[in-house]
Amino acid sequence: MRKIWWKILCIVIIFYVIIMGLMGPVPHLAIINESIRNTYFHVALWLAMTTLLFVSMIFSIRYLNKGRIGDDDIASELAKSAIFFGILGCLTGSIWANYTWGDPWPNDPKLNGAAVGILIYLAYLLLRSSFEDEQRKARISSVYNIFAFAVFIPIIYILPRLTDSLHPGSGGNSTFGSYDFDNDIRKVFYPAIIGYILLGLWLAELRIRIKVINRVRDEASITSDKVF
Amino acid sequence: MSSGILNEIKTLIWKEVTLEWRQKYALSGMLLYVISTVFVCYLSFNLRRNQLTPIVWNTLFWIIILFTAVNAIAKSFSQERYGRLLYYYSLCSPQSIIISKIIYNSLIMLLLSGMGFVFYSFVMGNAIGDMGLFILCLFLAAIGFASVLTLVAGIASKADNSATLMAVLSFPIILPMLLMTIKLAKNAMDGLDWSVSTDEISTLLSIDLIVITLSYLLFPYLWRS
Repeated sequence: MRKIWWKILCIVIIFYVIIMGLMGPVPHLAIINESIRNTYFHVALWLAMTTLLFVSMIFSIRYLNKGRIGDDDIASELAKSAIFFGILGCLTGSIWANYTWGDPWPNDPKLNGAAVGILIYLAYLLLRSSFEDEQRKARISSVYNIFAFAVFIPIIYILPRLTDSLHPGSGGNSTFGSYDFDNDIRKVFYPAIIGYILLGLWLAELRIRIKVINRVRDEASITSDKVF
Repeated sequence: MSSGILNEIKTLIWKEVTLEWRQKYALSGMLLYVISTVFVCYLSFNLRRNQLTPIVWNTLFWIIILFTAVNAIAKSFSQERYGRLLYYYSLCSPQSIIISKIIYNSLIMLLLSGMGFVFYSFVMGNAIGDMGLFILCLFLAAIGFASVLTLVAGIASKADNSATLMAVLSFPIILPMLLMTIKLAKNAMDGLDWSVSTDEISTLLSIDLIVITLSYLLFPYLWRS
């Protein structure tokens, strides 16, 4: 937990992504032009968000199996940093859409799915805040978290593919990778995903530590109350 | 073992039916809810009935069904008293409870959406090309809504402000199902060939299956608290 190397790695990668993302060579495509650089931010943010949500679900399952409150802390904080990334992903996507599709929020199934996905996880936070008892909160929100992830994946990745979407990989458009992903992009894109995941873990880790400290302090104050 | 569970499920469903029959106000209240909602919609659209396009007709119907479902199923856990829940807990396995609740709620939803549909097409006109497909769609939607909302009702009943929570938790989760249903129903209205709708039917079926399996797996954890 106290290891610092991955935080340094995270900072290095993020700076690498920002500098190479804005200044490195990119393929020149019609319509998209230079905005293809947004791949490093928008697409990578969504993939990082999905990964974080997946890990969060794994910790929820672990909580239900083992019943350690720490697992639930991890799950909830990972979900929170994933929501943060989701909102950033929406904003970067909306900038991109404004310049390539001519509208900051075109009526596209994937966008609406993304909005619904964020709503699901905001509801998760609301559910968490409506319980007093810790164990009860942890158990019920873990159940909802697993359920939510199982619905989230179809909303984002399966349903838009069945209908017409402006995004690549939907409605007969080919996916990324197949035609416009050259090595210049790959060199920045894959590190970008790892960098964002590390950043999300870091955010979550800080908040988990605050939570753990608060819990220890609360318990200490309760026991000291008993003494006096 | 499995026959034991089946027996439990049968008994539990029978118990739900008996309870419902004894306190008729609940079911008749829901029926009245559907009918009055439909009637409110009818009166609100009355002035411009010729402008009621098929899309509006379809969407309005499914939104009415959605709200009916949320209202009907929200009470499926909260109406049980704490002591009675403890009694069930000591008697039967959580799996049989959730399965029986899902089956019972599906039956209620089938009844409500069937009645709702009959009354809706009675006052708002009926422009359906392929009745069989539309009924299949009603059937799938009733089961799907019931199974999603049963688990969410179970979650929400544990919290304090369960009415708000029920809506907030269930609407985003139920949305993909609702969109698929509306699409399938539109295909049925246009009387398209069934082969056009196989995508929607299989997606709806698989969402139903995923949701039921998840409820089956997750409910025991919910039940324990």
